[in-house]
Amino acid sequence: MSATDRQHEAVLSVRGLKTWFATREGTVRSVDGVDLDLAKGEILGLVGESGSGKSVTGFSIMGLVDKPGRVVEGQIFLGASDLLAQSPEQLRSLRGRKLALIFQDPMMTLNPVLSVGTQMVEAVTAHEKVSKKEARARALQSLVRVGIPAPEKRLDAYPHELSGGMRQRVSIAIALLHQPEVIIADEPTTALDVTIQGQILYEIRRLCRESSTALLWITHDLAVVAGLADRVAVMYAGRIVESAPTRALIERPRHPYTAGLIGAVPRIGQAHGERLTQIPGSSPNPLEVRTGCAFAPRCSRAQEKCRSAEPEVTSPSPGVSWRCWFPLEQTA
Amino acid sequence: MNSPALLELKGIEKRYGTRGGGSVAALLSRVGRRAVADEVHAVREVDLSVRPGEVVGLVGESGCGKSSLGRIAAGIARPSAGEIHFRGANVDSLDRAGRRAYGLGVQMVFQNPYASLNPRIRVGDAIGEAARVHGLVAKADLGDHVAQLMRKVGLDPAYAGRLPHQFSGGQRQRIVIARALSVQPTLLVCDEAVAALDVSVQAQVLNLFMSLRDEMKLGYLFISHNLAVVERMADRVLIMYLGRIVESAPARDLFLRPSHPYTRALLNEVPSLDGGTRVYIPIKGELPSPMNPPTGCAFHPRCPQAMPVCSRESPALVEIAKGHRRACHLDAA
Amino acid sequence: MSPSVAKHRTQSRWRAAMVRLLQSRMAAGAGLVLALVVLAALLAPWIAPQNPYDLASLDILDSKLPPGSLSGDGSMRYWLGTDEQGRDMLSAILFGLRISLYVGVLATLGALLVGTLMGLSAAFARGWVDAFIMRIVDIQLALPGVLIALVLLAILGKGVDKVVIALIVGGWAYFARAARASAMVERDREYMEAAVCLGFGRGRQLLRHLLPNCMPPLIVIATIEFAEAIAAEAALSFLGVGVPVSEPSLGMLTANGFDFLMSGRYWLCLFPGMALAIVILSFNIVGDRYREIINPRGER
Repeated sequence: MSATDRQHEAVLSVRGLKTWFATREGTVRSVDGVDLDLAKGEILGLVGESGSGKSVTGFSIMGLVDKPGRVVEGQIFLGASDLLAQSPEQLRSLRGRKLALIFQDPMMTLNPVLSVGTQMVEAVTAHEKVSKKEARARALQSLVRVGIPAPEKRLDAYPHELSGGMRQRVSIAIALLHQPEVIIADEPTTALDVTIQGQILYEIRRLCRESSTALLWITHDLAVVAGLADRVAVMYAGRIVESAPTRALIERPRHPYTAGLIGAVPRIGQAHGERLTQIPGSSPNPLEVRTGCAFAPRCSRAQEKCRSAEPEVTSPSPGVSWRCWFPLEQTA
Repeated sequence: MNSPALLELKGIEKRYGTRGGGSVAALLSRVGRRAVADEVHAVREVDLSVRPGEVVGLVGESGCGKSSLGRIAAGIARPSAGEIHFRGANVDSLDRAGRRAYGLGVQMVFQNPYASLNPRIRVGDAIGEAARVHGLVAKADLGDHVAQLMRKVGLDPAYAGRLPHQFSGGQRQRIVIARALSVQPTLLVCDEAVAALDVSVQAQVLNLFMSLRDEMKLGYLFISHNLAVVERMADRVLIMYLGRIVESAPARDLFLRPSHPYTRALLNEVPSLDGGTRVYIPIKGELPSPMNPPTGCAFHPRCPQAMPVCSRESPALVEIAKGHRRACHLDAA
Repeated sequence: MSPSVAKHRTQSRWRAAMVRLLQSRMAAGAGLVLALVVLAALLAPWIAPQNPYDLASLDILDSKLPPGSLSGDGSMRYWLGTDEQGRDMLSAILFGLRISLYVGVLATLGALLVGTLMGLSAAFARGWVDAFIMRIVDIQLALPGVLIALVLLAILGKGVDKVVIALIVGGWAYFARAARASAMVERDREYMEAAVCLGFGRGRQLLRHLLPNCMPPLIVIATIEFAEAIAAEAALSFLGVGVPVSEPSLGMLTANGFDFLMSGRYWLCLFPGMALAIVILSFNIVGDRYREIINPRGER
């Protein structure tokens, strides 16, 4: 499948996205040229540390970037239509219906002064002309799907009466109300405890498989996407530096940053008391205009070429790509 | 290794809130109503000890009381009951000098690097203040002392004149560590010290902890919800659930042969880089609130192996193997 | 959602704040006016054409002359006219400015000091100390500050210093409440816990660690309170219990001149009143701008 074929097959396709912020100290290039493809029913993990631009990517796709930020360049195709060329009304009709968003903090989705039922009914009737009764039935159905116990009671509850994990499930239920084609989840389990996170991951994977909903899972936690995603894309300094199917990326990373990230994650069962691989230095200053590869100052393999020229994208097959002049060798 | 433990906590309890006693309750009972007990029993009957150079990991999820326990260990909070022994001596019986040695001897590294530094004090001053105030370092030597500490944690001393907001999260954590080290402690209590950091920065800080332990024979009480981190760092691990220790063992044993159902569930849930798309068998149910704990064993509503006795009696911590203790009604595996 | 660039800033926050303060043209203008006013007040003894306190230099025949008139003996021109005692209005205003600013600054600083210490101590000590102090604050806030000052002055008698004391007593409660609110947020932060852990005494915790972090909102309130203090003093003078007639403040001058408005001698009231308004307005504008800047829009 060629790259363009992949684009046509994709339910969400991002090309050359650039989102910049005009701050007092200068222009921050949060997202500086991102290409993404998401196929129907696929789960893509977008991994990056703070400052990498991963959350801004998600917000850009949803059209939620406010001043002083704006999308400077790029195309975002949902199916055949370019989201960036849509009018605000068209965008509003798409958001929530075909494209849904789950935030890290469910209180960003949920209005604290309205009951859960009220909000869900509102979410249904915003896009479809149905009676309140029917909307409520749909809401109930959605709550059952996400595995909330005693859903009828929960409909009348207020967000503060629910636990963190429960609230996040409600957010997912709201996201699923209109059977969206794409869900963008921005660190949805980061603030949850491990056992609750396990529940949410289980539910969300089951739901996406059932309804063939594509999922873009944005996180800093490589371990979470390792168990969840079909493909992983790694972001650094506003660009995607590597993308590959999950197992391939973790077992045979090509980009030195990816390898560094993998080495830095402590794994159970490995040598106790041994030092973790650490990536020297710290993340780059987003205000600096760079020449060459953004990772070069911290890369043990960097050479002159890396410092002077921005690496081009190498993509031997669709869905596999990296940006590096001297990628790590494939071993056998 | 017969040196006395650096820190020993015995039978520690911590309760917050009113107990439904007092004048209000008396008044209400006159009117025929009961006062609602507003008490949270955050920590119940905890024993813990840390030896010099030992890393004790304390693992648990929200509401388990690990933060309260950490603050009690560091001397920031007082326990409602129980004894604390520092270097073999009960801290309540210490004289002024002894109390100061205890206070400075145990230092804390907090979770939030953005709130644990005073935003208006320059980092050099923040690091050196305690040493100066307590007379540990002469005023003339303060600059060098601070510079040395900064280098030790991997920071450039030239930045001593900067304010905290000019540093990244990882750098701030290092400053906090330097500040803690400035009073020459023997034990560091790390309360989720790396939880708010990016993975690559987390690795740097964890490596720093390990170097400091090797160099200075520091003891650690390492509190974290992240089992993988704890496994890397700790010599011994304690698992907490709703205020109690449910399992405690040397790290190797705990991870190879976890015995308590909660420990097993935790280990199962930990996302791991290995082993492809996993099959999740998540534990059902919500984390209980410490204000409304279940009867008997706190874990029984969620335990896949719960028995009738579990809802009646709270199991005691018993030794099932050398150094390996567990609180569970199940027969030892 | 804006990306964190804070750690890459090299300037100190104060310098950055100063620059931003002056970026608004209104604030820069008001700041300039304020600076000139303060300068005029400080240099009054040298730049005023006449010493209005020196009764010997006054000529009663020159009283109530309109602006621009020459004095009887032709030695000076009364640019802003004279009052009923023959005092040159310009000089009277310049000296009045001194009194007004003196009262305003001292009353505000005093209220700030007392109020902040009380509020911080209440929040820090918690328990019954907190409750006790806050009840006093509550009672005091239920009564208008001017009323309290009035009662006090009735007891203490006249005099500039007594006015300052009365205004401090009337104004500290507002600061105390704001300081306590700020302190209640800051006292539970980890850096305060760290201060305990590092073995600092409560005094050091309070003054070195807690106080500086509670200051910003208090400074904003201080700028507002300053304007109010000057206005309050003017009101007290108007009511006849403020500064003595022999050392008139701007408020006193305005109050005295009020009687002459009806007879068309507007300058006895208008000019001191305008001076008062200019001082209060420019202080408010600068204070507003300062409040805008420190509002957390990416800072803190």
